Amino acid sequence: MTAALAHPRPAEADAPLSTRPEHSADSPLSIHALTVAYHRKPVVWDVDYDAPVGSLVAIVGPNGAGKSTVIKACLGLVPRAAGRVEFWGQPYRRVRRRVGYVPQRESVDWDFPVSALDVVAMGRYGRIGWVRPVTRAHRVAALECLERVGMRQYANRQISMLSGGQQQRVFLARALAQEADLYFMDEPFAGVDAATERAIVEVLRDLKSQGCTVIVVHHDLQTVPEYFDEALLLNMRVVAHGPVAEVFTRENLVKTYGGRLTALSEAADALAHADRRAS
Amino acid sequence: MHHAPASITDVSMQWPTVGEVWRTVTLQAGFNAAVVVAGTALLGFAAGVVGTFALLRKRALMGDALAHATLPGVALAFIVAAALGAGGKSLAVLLPGAALTGVAGVICVQLIVRHTRLTEDAAIGAVLSVFFGAGVVLLSWIQTMPTGGQAGLATFIYGQTAAMTVRDAVLMGAVAVIAAAAATLLFKEFALVAFDDAFARVQGWPVSAVDLAMMSLVVLVTVIGLQAVGLILVVAMLIIPAAAARFWTERLWRMTLIAGIIGALSGHLGASASALLPRLPVGSVIVLVSGAVFVVSMFAAPARGVVAGAARAARLRAKIARDHMLLEVGRLSSAGPGAVRINQIARARGWGALTAWLTARSLVRRGLARVRDGEVTLTGAGRAATDRLARTRALWEAYLTRYADVAPSHVDYSADLVEHILSPEIVAELESTLPGRDAPPEGAAA
Repeated sequence: MTAALAHPRPAEADAPLSTRPEHSADSPLSIHALTVAYHRKPVVWDVDYDAPVGSLVAIVGPNGAGKSTVIKACLGLVPRAAGRVEFWGQPYRRVRRRVGYVPQRESVDWDFPVSALDVVAMGRYGRIGWVRPVTRAHRVAALECLERVGMRQYANRQISMLSGGQQQRVFLARALAQEADLYFMDEPFAGVDAATERAIVEVLRDLKSQGCTVIVVHHDLQTVPEYFDEALLLNMRVVAHGPVAEVFTRENLVKTYGGRLTALSEAADALAHADRRAS
Repeated sequence: MHHAPASITDVSMQWPTVGEVWRTVTLQAGFNAAVVVAGTALLGFAAGVVGTFALLRKRALMGDALAHATLPGVALAFIVAAALGAGGKSLAVLLPGAALTGVAGVICVQLIVRHTRLTEDAAIGAVLSVFFGAGVVLLSWIQTMPTGGQAGLATFIYGQTAAMTVRDAVLMGAVAVIAAAAATLLFKEFALVAFDDAFARVQGWPVSAVDLAMMSLVVLVTVIGLQAVGLILVVAMLIIPAAAARFWTERLWRMTLIAGIIGALSGHLGASASALLPRLPVGSVIVLVSGAVFVVSMFAAPARGVVAGAARAARLRAKIARDHMLLEVGRLSSAGPGAVRINQIARARGWGALTAWLTARSLVRRGLARVRDGEVTLTGAGRAATDRLARTRALWEAYLTRYADVAPSHVDYSADLVEHILSPEIVAELESTLPGRDAPPEGAAA
């Protein structure tokens, strides 16, 4: 499970990743030897991962482990220093329509003069295309997405008037409006209320039942076994990845979180939790 | 710049009559004046619309760098045209020159931000003053040239509509209409990129191209506004109407429209005033009109205005004080008789006598308490409200210790502030999620 330190660099570097034995052909997301550096300092080193179809994947690791960086590099939001990322065996630009994104809530100015519905409708812009206005059909679709996260009654509210959890649900609804097959969510559970947490979990299960794959940056170890099928334990390098039941071991968590006491006690809780579920 | 102030400080103006004012404002003071006024109003509209997006994209000050950087372009274009023997003062020569160095200034700012650790404000400040300084040097050099006669160029600094021809004004109006129309067409794209450029990029929108389009519209508006408004104040047409419009609405399209209207109004009145008092620079009148609208908006706007905000804060403070008084009366009267002295409450809460008295009156007005001889007694409704408050507070403490990673020592403080923000729905929500709310809140953290 542990990532190899150095990869053999095959000569046929341009061949699709799916042709290589270590990557599966139908994977919605194949990451190969991904390295990202900020100011020449690597923050993510040599990440290899294949997401299974229709799985809920948690990217877990301590602060500064590069969790968000991995998904931003997959989406081309930060430059890759090395490595490749493919979606269903294709480069990102060919499959944008099939990929949805929930950024971190703090990444935007919520005082922007738009309503919750306006924001969700932005998820449709890719389909609408240049210059054309948002039609009624798109607004109806956006309303349905708000409904799915339990936010329909707030459709016309300006977004700064929403609570943090409600704002998070608006972002989730915007991603749903993209009608994608693969979703990336950056810390969707961070600082949300119980109602929002339930709404997000429900949407995740919903997406899974439709065969979608969801990659979630997650900070709460305790809920990983309950919410997710797969885990990618990350601390600049991949410590382990695979089904939660297999990779969520004390040894792996200690390796991921190092000697941090609080994280370790959290990890112990999480393990106890997982054990209870298993028994 | 030693030539310009003479006209500004010279106050020996002929005041117009009421009839003249009316005719000018209603575009009946001759074809020339009407075209100039209408053109400036259109310019104001376009600047308001384009400025809304620039403001929301946090690029408004970039317009200032751009405007100041146009001066060397104007001067260079004049020199080149004079050297080639062509008449130097035609707008067809000067405006492209202005656009060229204006864009060069913006590019310099972006290069500095990208390749150094300076922040954008420092880069803008540096570029703006260097380009403007270069422009002033070129202008004084032009004055020594045999072709001389750079008098027309100084109007680009402060702006002047008196010298404008009908052709200039029509050009200005037409380009303004095009800029406003382009901004309307790209409304959706501009909104998306200004709100969340990362999301736009993930969706496949070419964010730099959208930004470039937005900046091009800023360039257009700035450059065509140079002659009328002047490069020092043209940025005000981009920022002030948009900033004023933001106070009045929470919807982008309305904000855009309102900013356009404020801009048009300012342009209209500015050009009219300048037509009536030819020595009055248009730019300054435009800025004063839109500035006045801004100040009124800032104070008087219903939801976001300062007055409304202060009233809201005062109401919230009063409500918090009422809640505290209810809890205090509940606490003090639980042990002894039902009536509690106001002074005692004030001491317990650290309030002044006036605050305590006002709060007690406020409770009486709401039928929550009775006051007699300086003593407060809760009514039935008051006791019910107190119980509700105490429960809400207990719920919050339990919630904070269970769900949020708040150190237990901070809980009392946070709960004190935050219970006033809780809506009844959330309280109901919390109650349903906390099966163990009988347990003491501090114990839940252990």
